[in-house]
Amino acid sequence: MTTLNLQLTIREALPGAVRKLDPRELLATPVMLVVEVGAVATTVLSALDPSVMGWSVTVWLWLTVLFGTLAESVAEGRGKAQAASLRALQQETTARRLRADGSEEAVPSTALRTGDLVVVEAGQRIPGDGDVVEGVASVDESAVTGESAPVIRESGGDRSAVTGGTVVLSDRIVVRISSDPGQSFVDRMIALVEGSERQRTPNEIALNVLLSSLTAIFVVVVGSLYFVADYSEAHQSVLVLTALLVCLIPTTIGALLSAIGIAGMDRLVRRNVLAMSGRAVEAAGDVDVLLLDKTGTITHGNRQASELLPLPGVPYDELAEASLLSSLADETPEGRSIVTLVGGSEARTPPGSALVEFSAMTRMSGIDLDGREIRKGAASAVTAWAKRTDPELDGLVQQVSSSGGTPLVVADSGRLLGVIHLKDVVKDGIRERFDEMRAMGIRTVMITGDNAVTAAAIAQEAGVDDFLAEATPEDKLALIRQEQEGGRMVAMCGDGTNDAPALAQADVGVAMNTGTTAAKEAGNMVDLDSDPTKLIDVVEIGKQLLITRGALTTFSVANDVAKYFAILPAMFVVAFPELDVLNVMHLSSPQSAIVSAVVFNALIIVALIPLSLRGVRYRPSSATALLRRNLLVYGLGGLIAPFVGIKLLDLVISLIPGL
Amino acid sequence: MSDVAPALGQIAVLVAALAVAVPFLGRYLAHVYTSEKHLAVERASYRLLRVDPDADQHWKTYTMSVLGLSLVGILGLYAFGRLQEHLPLSLGFGALPADGAWNTAVSFVTNTNWQWYSGEAALGHLMQMSGLTVQNFVSAAVGMAVAAAFARALARNLAGGRVGNFWADLVRGVVRVLLPISVVAAVLFVAFGMVQNLLEPQAVHTLTGGSQAITGGPVASQEAIKELGTNGGGFYNANAAHPFENPTPFTDVLEIFLLLVIPFAMAWAFGIIVGDRRQGGAILAVMALLWGVSVALLTWAEMAGPGLAPSAAGGAMEGKEVRFGEAASALFAASTTGTSTGSVNAMHDSLTAPGGGVAMFNMMLGEVAPGGVGSGLYGMLMLAIVTVFLCGLMVGRTPEYLGKKIGQREIVLVALYVLATPVLVLTGIAIAITAHDGLAGLQESGPHGLSEALYAVTSAANNNGSAFGGLTSGTPFWNTLLGVLMLLGRFLPMVLVLALAGRFATQRHSPRGAGTLPTHTPLFVALLSGVALVVVGLTYVPVLALGPIVESLS
Repeated sequence: MTTLNLQLTIREALPGAVRKLDPRELLATPVMLVVEVGAVATTVLSALDPSVMGWSVTVWLWLTVLFGTLAESVAEGRGKAQAASLRALQQETTARRLRADGSEEAVPSTALRTGDLVVVEAGQRIPGDGDVVEGVASVDESAVTGESAPVIRESGGDRSAVTGGTVVLSDRIVVRISSDPGQSFVDRMIALVEGSERQRTPNEIALNVLLSSLTAIFVVVVGSLYFVADYSEAHQSVLVLTALLVCLIPTTIGALLSAIGIAGMDRLVRRNVLAMSGRAVEAAGDVDVLLLDKTGTITHGNRQASELLPLPGVPYDELAEASLLSSLADETPEGRSIVTLVGGSEARTPPGSALVEFSAMTRMSGIDLDGREIRKGAASAVTAWAKRTDPELDGLVQQVSSSGGTPLVVADSGRLLGVIHLKDVVKDGIRERFDEMRAMGIRTVMITGDNAVTAAAIAQEAGVDDFLAEATPEDKLALIRQEQEGGRMVAMCGDGTNDAPALAQADVGVAMNTGTTAAKEAGNMVDLDSDPTKLIDVVEIGKQLLITRGALTTFSVANDVAKYFAILPAMFVVAFPELDVLNVMHLSSPQSAIVSAVVFNALIIVALIPLSLRGVRYRPSSATALLRRNLLVYGLGGLIAPFVGIKLLDLVISLIPGL
Repeated sequence: MSDVAPALGQIAVLVAALAVAVPFLGRYLAHVYTSEKHLAVERASYRLLRVDPDADQHWKTYTMSVLGLSLVGILGLYAFGRLQEHLPLSLGFGALPADGAWNTAVSFVTNTNWQWYSGEAALGHLMQMSGLTVQNFVSAAVGMAVAAAFARALARNLAGGRVGNFWADLVRGVVRVLLPISVVAAVLFVAFGMVQNLLEPQAVHTLTGGSQAITGGPVASQEAIKELGTNGGGFYNANAAHPFENPTPFTDVLEIFLLLVIPFAMAWAFGIIVGDRRQGGAILAVMALLWGVSVALLTWAEMAGPGLAPSAAGGAMEGKEVRFGEAASALFAASTTGTSTGSVNAMHDSLTAPGGGVAMFNMMLGEVAPGGVGSGLYGMLMLAIVTVFLCGLMVGRTPEYLGKKIGQREIVLVALYVLATPVLVLTGIAIAITAHDGLAGLQESGPHGLSEALYAVTSAANNNGSAFGGLTSGTPFWNTLLGVLMLLGRFLPMVLVLALAGRFATQRHSPRGAGTLPTHTPLFVALLSGVALVVVGLTYVPVLALGPIVESLS
């Protein structure tokens, strides 16, 4: 975030921040509530007995509370723009509801209830979430997903879910509505990105408990100090004790805690992943096992030609030419990859040729030209068509299969030429990501419908730790249960209806937006881009969220050491001059020391707002390496920074007249 | 300085003896608290107590057993003290006053052994032996039982909150651990000149022609369990500074060895019980590190003798025994305050100001370096959990310790535990120095008076039991206040520890991997020590500043 950007955001967030000063709003963060109570107390005291020091402390205590609410307000503000564009989708439309007798009636979209059937045709907006029960259509979902290319939605199967507010571009579909007004997917998205329905997550609550207990200890410390000081004939005013208390309680993390949580969710939203609960984001950080679908995650969804294997006696060029000709009109990714392999991307289909399209019956495709019939396809289909067998060919087919590839046999007018080796191509860089996962202690398991031989070959190449071959949804569910019984947390992604039980069982279940409504409801996150690789990003975002929280907590607690060195000598140096040796920063006067500590305490919150929104720098590595680095930066940094900061502030503050 | 060699020598001998004994005793302790077999004498005890030693108790039942037994112990000791004059072997001493009996009853049941009275001038042999010494065994065994239950809970998987059997833990602790070692130690003590008899006070005629009553008694037997069980209650008022309780430098080192050996061995046993010795090793290392630093600081403070009076006298020998000297007194002081024992071989009131400050800080740490028998281990484990929670997030996982997640319900218990003792100490000191009756007990005014009061409330709330001296504590005000602090300071943390044990025993055990925070590495040892020092330091620095710190600087 640039400085300018932040300034703009702060100006917008300020009214919200002021509203949040309401003590009822602060009940959830006891640390900040204590600061506010302290601010009220010093305001009253300063009004009764005005002094420069009294008002300086008072103003900065109020600013401390305000900076805390401001952080939360800024974090929330970042979701507001996105919410506004989503709200545009919710404008009321007229829906064509089907009566039981099949006739249509026009009703407002807000009147639709779960189970209603509506008709939507090209150019119309889909009035609510639902499943296509009849027909097929292309739908523009760009308003929800940001993806401009239209998607196909059809009845039956795993591509039946439609989202309210999206627009049908062609054809006619009948949709069964699956949500009541106010509970649609878009409603949930708006609530999520605005943070209005934000529920604090388990770890956030736990941290809040610990921070509250630290706060309680310091309240007792400062309270007892009042009496101890009196005993020691070094009476301390409530003003000074309040200043000490606010400096000691963990205000830095207390002020930024909710902003960190909101920003974490926001980082997911920015990557087009919607987490249905904050709990899932935290769980993502804890994941021990990742179940990854082979297709689309580990390999490029489609197989690609990697080599040509001519039969003995067949020149390579002849096989290459036949392969090229048979694939020129083949628009499938496999076909195009063959063209690329033989270097014929400039070639055009010869005139007078007739294309033979692939069909499930023939399991072949090819071309007829000048009396030649060139075919490529599955080995059994092509040999049956050519009415030939060849042990050499069987050998080649076997060789390709056992390496995990798919053999395509090429024949020219009844003569077998050779084999095209189609291979599942592992994505670039995926192996490195799995190595990172391993360093983080996460086990990756590849899920595939392929047979064990193919799966093993790809698993080996991609560098996953394990694989599940010929996986059925039931196998997936069983694997998840088994891992969980061993105490491990499992993340997976899925899209089909039959993935729903596994998605629900997994600790982190990312449903693809293209998937079925059942899958989307079962998972606890939805990826709008429908990119299964996102699962890895989700884990990293979860970890970054937790690290940010931990780093700022450590920083906040470490800060206290320096504040003692500033405030304690300032409080007691009059009664016990020997305590001046503790004034290691050589602060100019007791008053200046106390005000400097309070100002530092407030300013550090503002200084850390960008970090809390952005999250601390995170690079996947082992726990030990992460701990060492973060301890060095935030632990040691937290010890040293306030010594420097308070000293610098003192140089300025000591110039204030009358302090 | 020719004193340095013997000072280092005795530390070396002590450390060597501990290094040999701790792993053996640790392994034995782990066996004691996990074995399924019962000895014949134990079976007899269970029949007598009418308990089923094989019942796996839910943490609530376990806690009720601990509290119930302790309540019976307090009532029994109270009655004992009030009725002393009617009992045999009373040596003619009368009943204790009500507040005194309350204080003593709580003091011995809570393993504190704060003594407001002079043992030789207030208690008969029967009260000492069957009242106090019995509680010395029982209260120590209770502490070890709770620590063992906590360790077992961490090792369990989906055990539904069940943490083991308190009665079996209790009886085994006494029969298999405390009694045998005490017997051996008592025999050694007698061999080296300690008193052991049941005689009436002996009248002797002094050289100057006067007459003096010398009180003997079952000293050696009480001395053994006093140190071994980190109890600390002396037979005589002068405690281990008295020549009958600690006649020679050898018995001195042996006493220090006894008070350190079980707390360190419990840490080693912990590693074995949870199935990963390195974990026990790390906990032990933190204990040893903190103990070592406080020994070094205290020894330096006493031997360097800063301050006007010591430099004029040529050494900080005020309040110390000539047969021990500065170094052995410092070693004893660091060990007794680090272990919640509270026996002394020198008067802590007369320690140098920084030395007294270190002794106080040791107690403020919550008695974890290495702490009381059992309580040292669970105290350190609670600090480890705080450390894991504060720093564990920085590895990007929700915090977990030994495969147990530290979620909301767990952290509430830990937070209350961390809160409990500081609140007791700080409200205690505020009351003590504000109330007229409290101030009346202080010998000095100004910073040293504050140190006296602070030492007393810290010692009571942390169940140490050593006294700074100077404070006249046998008044209704101090007896009542310190009694309350001892009671809450013992059982509040204990209940929270057992509740947490119940949570951990309910949880599933998740495996540790490269992504989890390692809790056995030198880095974690440093981190845990740092968190202990910072958290305790932040809590007590203001009040220490006005007491020992001001004293040291002036």
